[in-house]
Amino acid sequence: MARVGIPRGLFFFYQYPLWKTFFTDLGAEVITSSPTSRQTIDQGIDSTVDECCLPIKVYFGHVGQLLEQQPDYILAPRFISIEPRSYICPKFMGIPDMIRAQWPHCPPLIDITVDCSRDTRELWNNIYRAGLLFTGSRKSIYDAYQHGLREMKRVRVWTRQGYSPLEAIELWDGKREGPVKPQDNHICVGILGHGYSLYDPAISLQLIEKLKQLGCKVAFLESCVKEQIEAEAARLPKKLFWTLGRKMVGAALLMDKNPAIDGIVYLACFGCGPDSMVGDIIARKVRHKPFMLVTIDEHSGEGGLLTRLEAFCDMLRRKKVQGFEDNLSPYGLHAHSP
Amino acid sequence: MKITFPHMGFMHIPLKSLLQGLHREVVVPPPISERTLALGVKYAPEFACLPLKIGLGNYIEALEAGADTILMAGGWGPCRFGYYAQVQRDILRDLGYDFHMVILEAPDSRLSQLLHQLKQLGEKVSFMEAIEAIRFAWYKLAALEKAEEHYLYVLPRSSEKEEAERIWEDTLVHIDQAQSRKAIDGIVSSAIKAWNCLEQHSQPILRIGLVGEVYTVLEPYSNQHIIRSLGRLNAEVTNSIKLTEWLNDHLFKGHLLKSRQEHIVDCARPYLASRVGGHGLETVGTTVDFAHQGYDGVIQIGPLTCMPEIVAQSILLRVAKEEQIPCMTLYFDEHSANAGITTRLEAFTDMLRRRKAARVNGSSLQRGGSKSALLSGG
Repeated sequence: MARVGIPRGLFFFYQYPLWKTFFTDLGAEVITSSPTSRQTIDQGIDSTVDECCLPIKVYFGHVGQLLEQQPDYILAPRFISIEPRSYICPKFMGIPDMIRAQWPHCPPLIDITVDCSRDTRELWNNIYRAGLLFTGSRKSIYDAYQHGLREMKRVRVWTRQGYSPLEAIELWDGKREGPVKPQDNHICVGILGHGYSLYDPAISLQLIEKLKQLGCKVAFLESCVKEQIEAEAARLPKKLFWTLGRKMVGAALLMDKNPAIDGIVYLACFGCGPDSMVGDIIARKVRHKPFMLVTIDEHSGEGGLLTRLEAFCDMLRRKKVQGFEDNLSPYGLHAHSP
Repeated sequence: MKITFPHMGFMHIPLKSLLQGLHREVVVPPPISERTLALGVKYAPEFACLPLKIGLGNYIEALEAGADTILMAGGWGPCRFGYYAQVQRDILRDLGYDFHMVILEAPDSRLSQLLHQLKQLGEKVSFMEAIEAIRFAWYKLAALEKAEEHYLYVLPRSSEKEEAERIWEDTLVHIDQAQSRKAIDGIVSSAIKAWNCLEQHSQPILRIGLVGEVYTVLEPYSNQHIIRSLGRLNAEVTNSIKLTEWLNDHLFKGHLLKSRQEHIVDCARPYLASRVGGHGLETVGTTVDFAHQGYDGVIQIGPLTCMPEIVAQSILLRVAKEEQIPCMTLYFDEHSANAGITTRLEAFTDMLRRRKAARVNGSSLQRGGSKSALLSGG
């Protein structure tokens, strides 16, 4: 039985159910790397150039770990665009080439090109070619792909009910007992960031867990209604050409309006191009809610993050009890003065 | 309407001439200085890349000098550049500046669309006048690049480097002031004559290819004058990016010149099979091309956190090994300092000289265990 390795990084948090179902249906065995640890991060740092962002380094750590298990194939799609006239990130477009440059003798990569900028026919051709590695039947490839899409939709329904995408994937994979205990807390914090850094506890330094421990209810981008996100994002003067960035701006504006949400935290990665622009756009457009931008890289310490989150939550609670905002800045200038 | 635009190398010279040909009053931003950068760093997002910051500084200084309209190029990802103009506009508005911003979006494929955009910029300009303005600006640009080519050839070979640099600076000023094609021709030929009169030394010359992100390659302030520094170290630099070629490929969609694009993409294919936005694919392709041409080394430059260049850098490690060409990558941001860059350039050129000498003498220095460590240099 052919073994397909799926690294536990980047698109994993969005598409794992799809690809696992697809390859399993085609009779392959799917193996994944273990959850990110300090060792994964170190291995990633060793196998990438210094300037890469942390999620890419972690991804390479996972690829390195998979290589040790000697799979027959490694799934490393080339993501160009997942919807018309939008992109993900330049680094996603070069992933298979970067892996080959680092490990010239790695097993064959299943480097499906995901480019829906014009139409989806090319995507299907790519998936078909990948499927041919395991079976000759066009129909079973098609069925496996459709089954994968259905599974992914099932997982998405859970995220809309308040599970974090990682929890939803674990639930789907049978690695977690559902349901999660209901959250009843005083303050609700909306969190934003690229899914592959936000939902990987090792990258985000357990941001979500920490907020929950501090007594916050956490609201995710995935639990917002898609159409409303798009409507908010369309208010920008020029459409943002990064799919994930545009969704984050839309979700931030939506959360800004939502009376149930008390504050917004944005998790950015050092060196992330889209984050550097999107973070600034959001900070300028979110006018009604406290907003905090946290930048992390492999040198970030948990203590520093915890302190900032505690201060942020304390501030939210005080504001809620007080019932109004005095706009007095602790350092002497008005918060909105230039 | 007083129109301004960001600096990028000597782009302001043809651009000024173009806009004046369209009967517009032009405010060229003051030359990039420490203050320009400091202003940009102060108001731009912390992790934005260097071109955005310098550009923002340019606008602030130009607005202070009386400009009221900013001309900026747009784009459609995945590189950050495509959203520069919008972010910069928001920042300047929040700072309280009153101005109008014209964003030239690259046309999808039709040349007429671009000409239309350009003509709209003008005031009471006939179509023929607009065409003539474009042609004259293009003439200036081509003349500048011709002069630069000579400058890059002469500088490493000359023993009177300061004089060679002075002639180049003067040429820039004179071409900026020139009003006719004849005057431009005269300036270029007298500059070439002056360069040819300079004394030459007989030291060996290194040939280094310069690749990387467009702005960093073209704007000397952003790259700590890397071409000049290398010239002083007797290294001849071939600049992989020419503004005429870039405009031809990206703005005029290959209608004006014969494009090298296809050849570059072919060179890159074994290493990088897809566009990665910005100039990433060209960086890889040109490096391979330089290796085939027998260059001594390649230097890749870009602004810190430049996404396409990071992809290219990851792949250059393999290119360096397989094509046997030493590559070094330098990233620049507001913390870059001249001394640090010079030291690295000196070390790199020293290494190239030793390697070259070893090759000439037939020694096997570059074979054996130390090979990869030496070659992957950066």
